[in-house]
Amino acid sequence: MIRIEPRTDGARHLTYGIPILSAMIALALAAIPLVLSGAPLGQAYYELFKGVFGSRFAFSEMLTRATPLIFTGLAAAIAFRARLWNIGAEGQLYLGALAAVSVGTGVFDLPAYMLIPLILFSGCFAGALGMAVPAYFKTRFGADEVVTTLLLNFIILIFVQFMLEGPLKDPMGLGWPQSSPILDQGMLPKLMERMRIHWGFVIAIVIALVAQFMLSRSTWGFRLRAVGENASAARHAGIKVRYTLMSAALISGALAGLAGVSEVAGLKGYLTSDLSPGFGYTGIVVAMLAGLSPAGVVVAALFIASVFVGADSMSRAVGVSSYLADLVVSTALLCVLLGGFLARFKVVRVKSARSLQP
Amino acid sequence: MQTQTVLSLNGLTKSFGTVSAVKDVSLDLKQGEVLALLGENGAGKTTLMNMLFGHYLPDQGSVEVSTVDDQMSPLPLGDPQAAITAGIGMVHQHFTLAENLTAFDNITLGAEPIFSFKRHKAKAEKKINDLMQKSGLVAPLDVPISALTVGERQRIEILKALYREARILVLDEPTAVLTPQEADTLFENIRSMTAAGLSVIFISHKLREVLAFSNRIIVLRHGEKVGELATKAADEGKITKLMVGTEASENKRSPAKPGAPVLTLESLCVACPSRRNSLKNVNLCVHASEIVGIAGISGNGQSTLAELVSGMTKPDSGKIILDGAEIEANEPRTMIEAGVGRIPEDRHKDGIIGHMSVAENLVLENCEDPAFQQRSILDWSAIRRRAEALCAQYDVRGPGIDAPAKLLSGGNIQKLILARVFESNPRLILANQPTRGLDMGAASSVAERLLSARENGAGVLLISEDLDELLSLSDRILVMRDGALTETASFERNAIGLLMAGDAA
Repeated sequence: MIRIEPRTDGARHLTYGIPILSAMIALALAAIPLVLSGAPLGQAYYELFKGVFGSRFAFSEMLTRATPLIFTGLAAAIAFRARLWNIGAEGQLYLGALAAVSVGTGVFDLPAYMLIPLILFSGCFAGALGMAVPAYFKTRFGADEVVTTLLLNFIILIFVQFMLEGPLKDPMGLGWPQSSPILDQGMLPKLMERMRIHWGFVIAIVIALVAQFMLSRSTWGFRLRAVGENASAARHAGIKVRYTLMSAALISGALAGLAGVSEVAGLKGYLTSDLSPGFGYTGIVVAMLAGLSPAGVVVAALFIASVFVGADSMSRAVGVSSYLADLVVSTALLCVLLGGFLARFKVVRVKSARSLQP
Repeated sequence: MQTQTVLSLNGLTKSFGTVSAVKDVSLDLKQGEVLALLGENGAGKTTLMNMLFGHYLPDQGSVEVSTVDDQMSPLPLGDPQAAITAGIGMVHQHFTLAENLTAFDNITLGAEPIFSFKRHKAKAEKKINDLMQKSGLVAPLDVPISALTVGERQRIEILKALYREARILVLDEPTAVLTPQEADTLFENIRSMTAAGLSVIFISHKLREVLAFSNRIIVLRHGEKVGELATKAADEGKITKLMVGTEASENKRSPAKPGAPVLTLESLCVACPSRRNSLKNVNLCVHASEIVGIAGISGNGQSTLAELVSGMTKPDSGKIILDGAEIEANEPRTMIEAGVGRIPEDRHKDGIIGHMSVAENLVLENCEDPAFQQRSILDWSAIRRRAEALCAQYDVRGPGIDAPAKLLSGGNIQKLILARVFESNPRLILANQPTRGLDMGAASSVAERLLSARENGAGVLLISEDLDELLSLSDRILVMRDGALTETASFERNAIGLLMAGDAA
């Protein structure tokens, strides 16, 4: 008979060890499908590595891929810290992108120093609005935000498709359901010549550092953590729980909205309904891998982006499906969740019927 | 009465941490007997029965149950399934029914084999109907539990135990939620069941029903068996004396010299979902340099009163006046700013944030204080310096100020809360069960802090189930019963005990 007991020794080294170990295990477990598909194992891993670190271009591609993941990872991390389960970053990302093309494609013909902030702000606002609705229903009526935010994703995606078929459709787009391109001066400048990496990455890093500072040093972060860890005691101590939850919700939504802005105004230039290959959902994995720490989000996003970019190049070189990347990411999440459980509890072997004791 | 013993508990002992809940309690139960287990809250009645039923594993002692052929055999401890198989049925104070299932499903739930395609409903229904006829416990079977009255739910709970062939029935405060009429019916039914051979242990602190319906009475106090007597030989005075004890409580107080009123509650009413916990027209005044004790059996509105004074609940009507000013928006923040220090009843749920550090928990209520933040950026070195000082001053022991607060022991968590409360120099201190679950050392340091706050001119509202604590600390004692307060004329234990039980003339 085994029994599960809470750990009392507060294993600090596990906080860092578990995510790293989980990432390694997930990568190692990818060997199983690789072998099953008959790919040469050594070469496959080599190509995966080379796809990320093999050249300046490869590395910049990885950073480009990591940019939206940092934003959505931060969105999830900040909401989750307050125990607000925002599963709707995907939808909020599209709202942000929609706002970006709404103001950035010619309605306002402004110089860059005004248009770029306007686009960024509109994206934040739209994303925050997308999260404000479920957060209001949660704090006011107790509606489960997991359900509302998740389902809103589909509603928002259909709304985006409607906008792209209708009001926002590019008249020059040869009938494709896509928006007009963002004005040249509205685009986030590139960081390096002939590479796709753009200023969105820098913004993401800066925001991650600010978020890290705010969470650990500001009174707002203090209250947010208090509400997340024990809302009842926080309320008893005079912290305004609803207000704090609402602030976390708005910031979370705004960050997810920025992910959409950065993809549209930094990379693609126009909006299509397949802008995001699930960045919003992957952001949840990033946040969990990072242990909900904003600085950790950057590291986790780089890892997951590496897996995706590396798997693409591996798939081209040895002919295995690039869906392997999804497998690695999912396995990493499972490992982190299991590891988190092992960090909080220990499994003890016992002999008698004592296991029934509470 | 038959003399066949059906159950015997031998020297059961259980402690939680350093607090011993039950100390060396032995008892025998005869067939067809109604045994009343009497005692104040926290006397160990429920803990004892939970050990019998296998919810808790005793530290020491054993349980023997008669088998079908009247032999006594030991019961494996810590195993509810074994207790059920041995014919012990328990009806908890808080029912364990699935509200969305029908009464029939609740009774058969868990008693059906897992690997069977048919439910044999007709057979089960016949058995239940037979039981209902025999015991007189009648309740509709095919409606969801949520549609039943409390009395009907309790009958379903008892039927559930009988359906599992219980020969020994344990009822934990069966009448706490019933109207007097429902209670009378219940005891009539119990009578007819015991006549048919069932043995019953019921836990109660209502003297009237204990005297009217039991055969034998066992009194517990502070986890120990302090008396056992046949009901015929008992009377209210005798039992009350056993329950509340006779030892003179040590009076640690200096003479009372109350100052101006600090807290005044004027005809306050708060409606709660549970009627007994509602406040009905409560008037109360706590003066400076005064400790006002609130006695009473738990669940009579004390927690609602505490929530009100902490700012967690808003009154439906009436006034809360602090230092002469009426409190308009009754929020925790307003109460803190008005100088109310709150020691919550459930210190783990409301008092601390377990995953945050000791230092963080110490500034939980005043992180906005300019001493700890500039422009909303926390000054961690100031916070940590203060935490070090407070931990030394209030003797909070643990793995250090950066360790999560949940790693502290119960007594140290309480000292942490005391440090937070007393450092804000409160005008009024609300102490709700401040020593519950604490060992002697921690409990006496809480008492000292409360007395020194009184010396320094604070008003203290002390809510406690521990009569000894109230008698030794309070300047005045009010008894809360059914949401209303009655001031006691004397500090005589029996008088207070009778007011608590509501049996006073």
